[in-house]
Amino acid sequence: MRAGFRHVSMFKKILIANRGEIAVRIIRACREMGILSVAVFSDVDRTSLHVRKADEAYHIGPAAAAESYLNFGKILGAARASGADAIHPGYGFLSENARFAAACAHTGIKFIGPTAASMEMMGSKTRARRHMEKAGIPFVPGTSRGLESVQEAEAVAARIGYPVMLKAAAGGGGKGMRLVDTREQLKSALEGAQGEAQRSFGDSEVYIEKAIVNPRHIEMQILADEHGNCVYLGERECSIQRRHQKVLEESPSPLVDPDMRRRMGEIALRVVRAANYTNAGTIEFLADQERNFYFLEMNTRLQVEHPVTELVTGLDLVHLQIRIAAGEKLPFTQEDIHMRGHAIECRIYAEDPDNNYFPSPGRITLLLAPSGPGIRRDSGMYEGWYVPIDYDPLLAKLVGYGSNREQAISRLMRALNEYFVGGIKTNISLFRRILSDPGFRSGRLDTGYLDRLLKTPPPEIKREDAWVAAIAAGLFTILEPDATGAGNGAGNGANAVSEWKKLGRSESLRRG
Amino acid sequence: MIYDVTIDGKNYRLELDRIDSHWQCRLDGREVQIDAILSRRNVLSVIIDGKSYEVKRERTSTDLHLWLGPVRYAAELRDPRSLRSRKGTGADEKGPRKLIAPMPGKVVRLLVAEKAQVEAGQGILVVEAMKMQNEIKSPRAGIVQKLVAAEGGAVNAGDVLAIVE
Repeated sequence: MRAGFRHVSMFKKILIANRGEIAVRIIRACREMGILSVAVFSDVDRTSLHVRKADEAYHIGPAAAAESYLNFGKILGAARASGADAIHPGYGFLSENARFAAACAHTGIKFIGPTAASMEMMGSKTRARRHMEKAGIPFVPGTSRGLESVQEAEAVAARIGYPVMLKAAAGGGGKGMRLVDTREQLKSALEGAQGEAQRSFGDSEVYIEKAIVNPRHIEMQILADEHGNCVYLGERECSIQRRHQKVLEESPSPLVDPDMRRRMGEIALRVVRAANYTNAGTIEFLADQERNFYFLEMNTRLQVEHPVTELVTGLDLVHLQIRIAAGEKLPFTQEDIHMRGHAIECRIYAEDPDNNYFPSPGRITLLLAPSGPGIRRDSGMYEGWYVPIDYDPLLAKLVGYGSNREQAISRLMRALNEYFVGGIKTNISLFRRILSDPGFRSGRLDTGYLDRLLKTPPPEIKREDAWVAAIAAGLFTILEPDATGAGNGAGNGANAVSEWKKLGRSESLRRG
Repeated sequence: MIYDVTIDGKNYRLELDRIDSHWQCRLDGREVQIDAILSRRNVLSVIIDGKSYEVKRERTSTDLHLWLGPVRYAAELRDPRSLRSRKGTGADEKGPRKLIAPMPGKVVRLLVAEKAQVEAGQGILVVEAMKMQNEIKSPRAGIVQKLVAAEGGAVNAGDVLAIVE
């Protein structure tokens, strides 16, 4: 279909089958490339930022993802109605769904990502393990098939030894995943993992793997075009996790030296070739402090943490994804890739650090956002928005860049102190704590790091400005006597309207 | 104006008046030179003795918080001339304890039945919000006197889910 090498035809219109910050990020890339963008939204997302940022927007159903963002018919219907010639799936939702990629191909719409066949091979972790075994890639011992019964799980666990890790074959982001220390815990952990996997991915397949205690989690970003060229773009250190959810990522990894990077990159490219993989992807490894590493899985999509790689390589991964999907060749070779400086990303979640990180949806009553040198902010929130309870609590990503790790940390710390999200709880304070911790600063990280840090008493915060707060309380009362405050959104509809009116007024004044 | 202000449980007497464009301020009888403007809704810029403070205000239906940098101060403000004193009802320490939903969500599972004997810290039910399941634990050992929540039901933050006595 694509005849020439140079004169490929670029997409005219791309539908983004996602929501939140990643939808906004992809819409921005479309804008930059002169491509029209189409947003889709569920009932509760009519007010979401991505709807406003896109050129076109289509309602696709109720809040439940199964009836909207995961629904093939609704998404493809919106693509047809809008005349989009490609779909970018973002991460999560349909991004690693091979049947959806196939359905796109069948409809004549380009899926911006790998082919259904390579997704099928890599998207299921069990199938990926079987293929990688054949390609001679080093990986962690365990089963390469889904568990049929508790008895089977017990037998395998006895053979490889406890602790073991149960993982959803279709999984990601810690969903459908359980660490099991003893035989007694195995049955309920397996049922829990299967149930969660079914709810999150529509597939209850769970496999078992030997748990490597406190490894480092390091991943390699790759890009492959549809003409057989592929490159690796360096690693990301993702060891800072809570409940198997990454909360902070950086590139380069403090552990990885040029030799390890090259070895890891070459193995990653072997995986890419074995899977006949195209577009952007990530090979995840577990590594120990001696710089040994094992293949864990491949993520056949754009990652949440892709900005750190963009900052240190100077490349725009979403632009490149779109160009590759349009049939272009990679415009560079491995020798052209250089990592420069250091980048660290904080995932800002709507959750309460003082209350066991419970999700904290609700109205954002005040938003002060940081900027300045070395700061990138990819955000899906705005002041006045009601954060819905129905989806992942990721609000924004704050990324700090510096010529070295120390400068990246100090810029990020400075920006975190500028960041204020009022009305809901966020984990911003957690990042201040991590970034000022000597253990983190020394770079000796592993996946148990954050749990250990959180078990230690938090550093004492000086509360020496209480008297200023006392004066401020009076000043607010005089200067803003009838401010209606926040409310929790529920049950104060009248207030909500007047807040919107006020916001509208002040916005139009600013523009004027 | 005279206010009684409580910050983190400590009381202050604040006398504050605006005369033309400047402020007269006494805190616990001591005069303080301040320069203050409202930068935008809920954000105050205050200069005291050459030191610049950005103060953010966060209000919910029940609480008032003031932020200075990363520090959050719980604030309460009363006008002593007003007869109504805004004092909390004071939760009783003993007796029945309520399990309160910490966030809006859906009750996906009840882990115990009504009248069950439970330990302190034992899971009573599971609430799902933002794709995360959270176990709500009993605050004390005792008997589950009442399970208000029903499996599959939606709950709001602050809703009573169960009562343990």
